[in-house]
Amino acid sequence: MDINVVAQLNSFLAAFVLLTAFGMLVQRRMYGLVHLFAWQGLFLSINTAIVGFVAGKHHLYISSLLTLSLKVFLLPYILHVLIQRLKVHKEVEVVENVPMTMLMGIALVIFSYYLMSPVTQLSTLVTRSTLAVALATVMIGLLMMITRKHAVTQIIGFLAMENGLFFAATSATYGMPLVVELGVALDILIAAFIFGIFFFHIHTTFDSLDVDQMARLKEED
Amino acid sequence: MKLYRFIIEILQIAILLGVAPAFTGWVRMLKCWSQGRTSAGIFQPYRDLLKLFSKDVLLADNASWIFRFTPYLVFGTAVLAGAIIPMLSLELPIASTADVIVLVALFAIARFFTALAGMDIGTAFGGMGSSREMTIASLAEPAMLMAIFTVSLASKSTSLSQMVHVIYSGQTVLRPSIVFALLAFVLIALAETGRIPVDNPATHLELTMIHEAMILEYSGRHLALIEWAGMMKLFLFVMLGVAAFAPWGIAESGDIVAISAAFIFMVLKLVIVGIVLVMIETGLAKMRIFRLTEFLGSAFLLATLGMLSYFILE
Repeated sequence: MDINVVAQLNSFLAAFVLLTAFGMLVQRRMYGLVHLFAWQGLFLSINTAIVGFVAGKHHLYISSLLTLSLKVFLLPYILHVLIQRLKVHKEVEVVENVPMTMLMGIALVIFSYYLMSPVTQLSTLVTRSTLAVALATVMIGLLMMITRKHAVTQIIGFLAMENGLFFAATSATYGMPLVVELGVALDILIAAFIFGIFFFHIHTTFDSLDVDQMARLKEED
Repeated sequence: MKLYRFIIEILQIAILLGVAPAFTGWVRMLKCWSQGRTSAGIFQPYRDLLKLFSKDVLLADNASWIFRFTPYLVFGTAVLAGAIIPMLSLELPIASTADVIVLVALFAIARFFTALAGMDIGTAFGGMGSSREMTIASLAEPAMLMAIFTVSLASKSTSLSQMVHVIYSGQTVLRPSIVFALLAFVLIALAETGRIPVDNPATHLELTMIHEAMILEYSGRHLALIEWAGMMKLFLFVMLGVAAFAPWGIAESGDIVAISAAFIFMVLKLVIVGIVLVMIETGLAKMRIFRLTEFLGSAFLLATLGMLSYFILE
């Protein structure tokens, strides 16, 4: 494959990762969010495989497969089951002022481009231009955790942040060592189980997954 | 054999006037089929126009010159816009004097006068329609310019003919910015031409109508001109999208064989776009008007992302 074509494919996938990040930022429905998260994982996984091919680093294939199985199938499945068990699948979250959130997202993209442009100029990798997109994905995940009130949504925002970090690692240094990536994958998996348990606890205590309710958390006098 | 540039220009305007109702008829026919109804045929819009032209104009007592002048102005701007967008050939004499920004301004003038005419008689529906139309316009126009600018960034020119030249020279393959701009353009075109998630083109006397509410007081040849201009606007947005995103087939010179081929390509593209449009329209429900800010906001977001990804990724 021509290196130019690879670079173009890479930037295409980066654009789609960014698009799904924005989609998650404004999506109201729970299942829609989970599906968008799965799509983002798929784009990441394809991108990792392509980078692995062009850089000749075979361990990236393994991390691509890991991303595919974990972030496209397993985590969305766990979230699906959780949403069903907690009976929140019909809940439509109130998102305040969607256009404003979008504008903030755009501002974050511009900020990360500004922040990353000196790094990009120093780098010689094919994937250097996607670094800004990776940082923007992390930032948008953070913005999502700040603007949303629902516990499940906040966790998805957290996972989207992790996606962005993974993407940054791939585009900045052609991926982390395999041991680190395996460790991170395992961490994510365990985190998924832990937040599942937490959801149930929050749900039984407050009868809702709205984290605003936790402001009422006081000792009885 | 080469055709004179002015003949091409006249030919193009004739095609615009002639084919636009057929395209609207095609869309309506597909829509009927998709809903399991019997359609009135692809030529029904021509019959409607003929009928309206033969009827008398009924004017309200307090109608001012704006009300009488608007149909001609709307029709005239649509024809002028048709002379700017390359449909058959890139060698258009008027196109070299006017670029995309002029095009957007032409549509804006037509919209401005339609809104004024809607308020002119003083009925409640007209004012409501004008207010809604201007709300949509204020959100759609920046997004539209943004989407077009994204394409013109790649070709370093706002002239449509120049953009098509650059796409032909093959420098713009697989660009994420173009994909974003295309998505944004589709959303804006749906809003600007009053198609389903934004406005229902088939509705009359309904509280949700937008464009129809403004032209409710028109009758006779005035209504015919406005309806015809509306059909041309839909046709022109398709042509604008084709010229900016998929121009393959448009002739580069005035060669008569190339122009005939361009015409066939144009018809083919119209058929395809009609099918896609009907698929969008039958798949979606009309949106609440207060959700429109989100719809057009996401169009703006996509256009801005396209522009940013031009700088970041390319």
